[in-house]
Amino acid sequence: MSSLAQKKGFGAFIWDYLTTVDHKKIAILYLISGGFFFLVGGLEAMMIRIQLMKAGNDFLSAGLYNEIITMHGTTMIFLAAMPLLLAFMNAVMPLQIGARDVAFPFLNSLGFWLFFFGGIFLNLSWFMGGAPDAGWTNYASLALASEGHGIDFYSLGLTISGFGTLIAGINFLVTIINMRAPGMTYMRMPLFTWTTFVASALILLAFPPLTIGLFFMVFDRLFDANFFVVEMGGNTIIWEHLFWIFGHPEVYILILPAFGIFSEIFAIFSRKRLFGYTALVFATILIGFYGFMVWAHHMFTVGLGPTANAVFALATMIIAVPTGIKIFNWLLTIWGGSISFTVPMIYAVAFIPSFVAGGVTGVMQAMAPLDYQLHDSYFIVAHFHYVIVGGVVLGILAGTHLYWPKMFGTMLSEKLGMITFWFFFIGFHLTFFIQHFLGLMGMPRRVYTFGADQGWDLFNMISSVGALFMAIGVLVLLVNVVLTQVKNVRVGNDPWGDGRTLEWAIPSPPPFYNFAQTPLVRGLDTYWIEKMEGNKEGMVYAEPLGDVHMPNGSIIPLIMSFGMFVAAFGALYFLDDTKPWALAVLIIGLGITFGSMLVRSLKDDLGFHITKEELIEDAKRGGNTDGLK
Amino acid sequence: MMKGLTNWRLFALMTALLVFLSGCGREEISTLIPAGKVAQDQFNLLILSTIVMTFIILVVSVIYVLAIVKFRRSKLGDDMIPEQVEGSAKLEFIWTAVPIVLLLILAVPTVYSTFDLADVTAMDSVNEEGEQNNLTVNVTAKLYWWEFEYPEQEVVTAQELVVPTDERVYFNLISADIKHSFWIPSVGGKLDVNPENVNKFYLEFDKESSELEDGVFYGKCAELCGPSHALMDFKVKSVDREEFDQWIAAMQEEPEPAADALAQEGEETFANSCIGCHAVSGSGSAGAVGPNLATFGDRNRVAGFMEHNEENLKKWIQDPQEYKPGNLMPDGETNNGGEPFSEQELDALAAYLMSLSVEE
Repeated sequence: MSSLAQKKGFGAFIWDYLTTVDHKKIAILYLISGGFFFLVGGLEAMMIRIQLMKAGNDFLSAGLYNEIITMHGTTMIFLAAMPLLLAFMNAVMPLQIGARDVAFPFLNSLGFWLFFFGGIFLNLSWFMGGAPDAGWTNYASLALASEGHGIDFYSLGLTISGFGTLIAGINFLVTIINMRAPGMTYMRMPLFTWTTFVASALILLAFPPLTIGLFFMVFDRLFDANFFVVEMGGNTIIWEHLFWIFGHPEVYILILPAFGIFSEIFAIFSRKRLFGYTALVFATILIGFYGFMVWAHHMFTVGLGPTANAVFALATMIIAVPTGIKIFNWLLTIWGGSISFTVPMIYAVAFIPSFVAGGVTGVMQAMAPLDYQLHDSYFIVAHFHYVIVGGVVLGILAGTHLYWPKMFGTMLSEKLGMITFWFFFIGFHLTFFIQHFLGLMGMPRRVYTFGADQGWDLFNMISSVGALFMAIGVLVLLVNVVLTQVKNVRVGNDPWGDGRTLEWAIPSPPPFYNFAQTPLVRGLDTYWIEKMEGNKEGMVYAEPLGDVHMPNGSIIPLIMSFGMFVAAFGALYFLDDTKPWALAVLIIGLGITFGSMLVRSLKDDLGFHITKEELIEDAKRGGNTDGLK
Repeated sequence: MMKGLTNWRLFALMTALLVFLSGCGREEISTLIPAGKVAQDQFNLLILSTIVMTFIILVVSVIYVLAIVKFRRSKLGDDMIPEQVEGSAKLEFIWTAVPIVLLLILAVPTVYSTFDLADVTAMDSVNEEGEQNNLTVNVTAKLYWWEFEYPEQEVVTAQELVVPTDERVYFNLISADIKHSFWIPSVGGKLDVNPENVNKFYLEFDKESSELEDGVFYGKCAELCGPSHALMDFKVKSVDREEFDQWIAAMQEEPEPAADALAQEGEETFANSCIGCHAVSGSGSAGAVGPNLATFGDRNRVAGFMEHNEENLKKWIQDPQEYKPGNLMPDGETNNGGEPFSEQELDALAAYLMSLSVEE
């Protein structure tokens, strides 16, 4: 290891990102690829709204429309929302607990590349014979009947990216359990770390059922198994159960980290400690726990019988209680505070009414008999967009503005941020509020067209106009990002001025080793405590300055994931008589993956040490080297 | 910022106004204009939950608006450091307990109604003569059409369900291919039509469909089932018991041969090209390849969704894929043994099909 920062060429820059195991750079990779897929999913959403703008429109054909709604849902959930949240978890959580990296930096990189190649594989379906068309829920009877390879792209792509997510979840769990700085007890962890912790536990428990379901699907479609084939004694309802045992916790995997981001924002921009921190923590855990008890509320109309429906209806209603606790604690956090309406805060403030609206319709749908009317109508489309856009996406946008300075060392324009916010927020309500009524007026979801004689024309038109507003908002955000990076005005440790947790005590972006000395945590909101006591350095230390051990970068995770990507094509064409090379591709792909595993296992990589002298040297230069060697 | 807020209020107001102006949708399909006991029960739950939820929204809104108005930094000054409050056990208790009570208010009618709407014990009850006390309809969903069988009456029809008003009608639902969902929004909530099991429920029709502007209730498939999911519509005619009995009797009779010359010609073509899949007699049982056409002339739509006229019918016969992608009906050319139907043949077929009627 030579000096910490040097001028480097573009090739070296790319190579650095391809091989990085630094959680902050992996966060940036997640942010960029998640952002890209968000734009792709958004484009698909716009096409949906153009098609439904007027009755009997022929912008999209029936089959293509089904492909687009399927890819819109799948992309937004698996390839946009989750990676974007993983970006913030990666960027911020290790800093919040005073760690130098996550527990398994190599796995962190592997998790990203698996997700990335899974996502690319899934989207290649557009160019290779057609995308999946059975909805993001991929219900088995329709999925098995679907022609072409779309569904195979879905199941193989999600299997690969699911591995990546599972690895990320395990990594965060181990990190939070083992790598907290001295004094950082569980009940002193910032709420974003807590929600990361609970969401990771949900990932650990929820992804295996999905993987099982996807395996069954792959075996049914590619190897003629009969798990879901009714004529052969299979059962399609099993898919629904497996999917929703995963699918419901998945909703909380998305919303809990968003809750975490909002909790940080409310405290920072009200200059006030979170009201009822303990209650917020336990509400988070309870939501995570109940999340596994309610999956069948997605299946009220399946015909499970009144007993199952009644039990799941009651279990679902109970979730409203911890969620309500959270809302009221946030309200009491800003109550009596000193509220500064920055862009992150305006998103957080807008989140409350939006999410409450989505929450109350959730309780309405928990009432099984009422759900017989609401299920699979536009009411449910409105509901889940209210919680996912009004909760998760607002959270991601808020997080982007809040953590941008910490991740990139520059501040997104507040002015353009406000423009994005108003377009997006108004557009969001315009698009989805009206859809509640479309549902109540009898419009089923997932219809590629509707007749002019059903009374749905006006509301659909309004909804489409709203979508246009959202698109403008997102475009302004892109402009904002570009302008900010071009201007490149650097910011200090605590750009918002009111940071409370450890990440705001170190430079923006932090040096690649995060903390030259491991901090000693003296309470909740540790940076705030030090600030209030006049500590100029922002933290006290748990160890003297000494050598720091860091992991080496590695290209192996990328190669390992690429092997899976290749193997997936082999599996995809396995049954095609015209493609005899499929088996060879399958074997080569798995060979690449297992070969790189072997290399990784046999080759010792002990990492490197940054010496004390280098740390002192680096501190003199401002201590925000990005660690290029 | 304040300017933005006013804009937003204006938008909210406009939206509310629009909702108010366009009312509750169409009577034929809106859940907001219930036309039967089941839909009414569900509508009542909607109203009850809306009231409770409005209360919650009001409470949250009041605290919310007060907080963001009272505690703005621009008002309090830049240097103000608020008191760092930890929390309040009393408040936590209140906002845990009150929602639980509110949920209980919703839970009781939910559980009652869940069991009530699933109660099909009376389905198989018979009177002293061994006749069923209640009408049962077997519904089979097939790729983009619906078959309705009246097993006790040994009558079968398709696409247009005919039911008596003011009594409970029981349904057995099964799919012949993939999963669908049976939904008549203004009469009651949906129930999935699974390929592996029979789902049972009941509906009640309080209103005669002739009072509606379009003369029928609209039924929908509510589960994504392929390209033409959006077009898998059916219609419901609700008539009083007397008229229903007449309809059943007419269905049980053998259809009369076509009367005028053109229709007779059509009947011949039909016998050569179509009868393999489509029956024209209403008496029989479920399991046909194509929809039963005994009531075709009485119907409200062609193929479930196109306006009911000869023009559309002819277009449909020539190229069904064009109008309902993915459906299983072969095109005109295939049906006619390799060459397209001539204009004359199409006219004759249309005249014949439109003459198939069991209503006076």
